Amino acid sequence: MNSAGSIKFLYAAYIATWLIHALYIGSLVRRYSRLRRQMKDLGK
Amino acid sequence: MRSFWSIALATLAKDIRLEWRSKDALNAMLFFSLLVVVIFVFSFDPLAEESRHIVGGLVWVAFLFAAVVALNQTWARELRNQVLDAYRVSPAAANALFLAKALGNFILVGLLEGLMAPLFVIFYNLRALGPAWQLIPVALLGTWALVVNGTFFAAMSIRTRSRELMLPLLLFPVSIPAVLGMVAGTTSILTGENPAHFWIVLLLTYDVVFTTACIGLFETVLQAE
Amino acid sequence: MKRAFPILAVLTALLLAYAFYQALWVAPTDALQGDVYRIIYYHVPSAWTAFLLFFINFIASVEYLASAKPSTKRAAKWIVIAIGIAGCVAAYVVPLPAGIRPSAIAMTVLAIPAFYFLIGKYFPEQNLDLLAVTAAEVGVVFCTIVLVTGPIWARPVWGIWWAPGDIRLTSTLVLWLIYVSYLVLRRFSDSAQTQKLAAVLAVFGALDVPLVYFSIWFFRTQHPQPVIGGGGSMDPRMLHVLLISWMAFLCFAFLVCWLRYGLEKLRREVEEAEALESLLEPSGPAAQTSKARVPLSRGIL
Repeated sequence: MNSAGSIKFLYAAYIATWLIHALYIGSLVRRYSRLRRQMKDLGK
Repeated sequence: MRSFWSIALATLAKDIRLEWRSKDALNAMLFFSLLVVVIFVFSFDPLAEESRHIVGGLVWVAFLFAAVVALNQTWARELRNQVLDAYRVSPAAANALFLAKALGNFILVGLLEGLMAPLFVIFYNLRALGPAWQLIPVALLGTWALVVNGTFFAAMSIRTRSRELMLPLLLFPVSIPAVLGMVAGTTSILTGENPAHFWIVLLLTYDVVFTTACIGLFETVLQAE
Repeated sequence: MKRAFPILAVLTALLLAYAFYQALWVAPTDALQGDVYRIIYYHVPSAWTAFLLFFINFIASVEYLASAKPSTKRAAKWIVIAIGIAGCVAAYVVPLPAGIRPSAIAMTVLAIPAFYFLIGKYFPEQNLDLLAVTAAEVGVVFCTIVLVTGPIWARPVWGIWWAPGDIRLTSTLVLWLIYVSYLVLRRFSDSAQTQKLAAVLAVFGALDVPLVYFSIWFFRTQHPQPVIGGGGSMDPRMLHVLLISWMAFLCFAFLVCWLRYGLEKLRREVEEAEALESLLEPSGPAAQTSKARVPLSRGIL
């Protein structure tokens, strides 16, 4: 097992972790803004 | 207590009579699993030796998908003339209805398995190398495992927007240990390589746990508004 | 509360950065696997966090179902206490396989009454369902990370992406499937019944977990296995870094749960406001021209 080749897997795993978290938080923010907009429309 | 069983038996008898007159679910299931058998024969074309290893999976996948057809029918029939609403307001025990439905599905799926099993034997040239009688407890316990949860989740999925679509989505993940037990148990009996006792015990545990859970929670699901 | 969020976010970011530094530069390199083993500093904490969240989902769902009637509420309370006591007694009375300490079992069992009463204390009945959906959704996110990083680790170390007989990865996959089906049910169900049906499904899913584990455990003994570094004990320095990393991810999960919880609360408010609007305005969805003012409270964030 050459460590130079396998180090790429380490980077891939760390990047994948934060990518998934970022996507999820992004979806939360999007849902928030949609609800806020709905709330504003209802308030009028 | 007597009225509990008389209600359950009356519902069961009604369902069986309805099914006997129309044979809708049974015909659909039979034809569906026949198609699955034929497609699998074409796509794998195995030798007798190999087929012992794969047929356990094929049989139960075919029955699992066919059972969904029957399970979806279970409660849809009661929705048509608001029978379910009538049942909800009646003083009859909810679990009597549930047990009747589960038993009805058990008979239906068991009948399907009895009719389809010989076809699998013919198409795949099967001969069990292990103790073949053990297939009976595996089949009975496995079918009950599918049917008891299936009946329960069907009652849940009729409350959702896309009824027929929801049942497999809810049923299959929870059924994975049972399916694994059925498939691995059948395979070990057919190949005779491993004893199937663990799988029978696993299926029995699964049945006991989930039958208890279903009976404990069915009233909540029936009355959920 | 609202002001605490940015402060906590900054602290969590610092903790995560510290854990990242520890994981990449401080922790010793594994003699067998080389540097790639450092994936476990993300993989294992995510798994523990996901299991914790699923456990919270289960407890909150049981508590939600029990809160329907005062009698079931009382019964559930005593059953939970009985489970705690019985588990503690059983841990010391029943002979355990070697390598498992009775205190570990007792602590695990005691988590059930502990969480039950903590959740019951801090979450009123109408919020239990909010907690359940929050825990399930964030748990699925962490579980996804476990399932993605697991194969990425397995490929260079075992030489294969996925080992069907590997008990931990496979049972995690089944767990993931169960909770995804829970979320799908919540999406497809009408709001009036969703909460009860979802709570029932959560109980079924939780009952399934031990069965999944044992079935795969036995399945694996019949199948060839890639060699997994046996049950050897871990270098204490590695364990130290692992615990730091877990703390960081727990804080992060807490913040994400906070966001998700607030979102669900806001969603309920919007739904209620919409229902009220349609009651006040029977002529139809002429919301723009309507003079009717709906009292709106803002989300917690």
